[in-house]
Amino acid sequence: MPINFRHDVDSVFKEASEQTKPVLLDFSAAPM
Amino acid sequence: MARFVTENFIPARVHVKDDAAAFKKYGEQYNAQWTPTILELDPNGEEFYRIEGFLPNDDFLAQLMLGRAHMDFKKGKWADAEKRFREIVEKLPKSEAAPEAMYWAGVSRYKATNDATALKETAKSFAQRYSDSSWAKKASIWA
Repeated sequence: MPINFRHDVDSVFKEASEQTKPVLLDFSAAPM
Repeated sequence: MARFVTENFIPARVHVKDDAAAFKKYGEQYNAQWTPTILELDPNGEEFYRIEGFLPNDDFLAQLMLGRAHMDFKKGKWADAEKRFREIVEKLPKSEAAPEAMYWAGVSRYKATNDATALKETAKSFAQRYSDSSWAKKASIWA
């Protein structure tokens, strides 16, 4: 099962703060 | 892998070319100089752990688990941290992260109990496994 990465980083940070859940932030150059 | 990530993080990806604006913003903020760079951030966006460069699946998962354990450790959640560190040794004993995890599991228990026995037991464990690792050397002073 692949990791469902999101690309709306601003929204991710907002949700992380609201849910008090850590963020995994991946800087990638792999083909999308 | 995906299960661990979903249970412990909200995963986000910034593609350095396809998400150029986001990369400029967050790449500069977090000083991402190479790909892949994977950051474990607390809910406020503070960096707690960084993985740079490709790793095979098991080693990557072990590093993710190690970072998550370190996050609990740095927040003083000693029991949670110890549990997470020991889980790495149990589930991924051949990973490069395992000796480090065993070291910090012992430290976490010591921090929770203030009982130096935890450190002595950790040093004994290093005599039985991972004895060639740098972490065994670090633990040797506890024997």
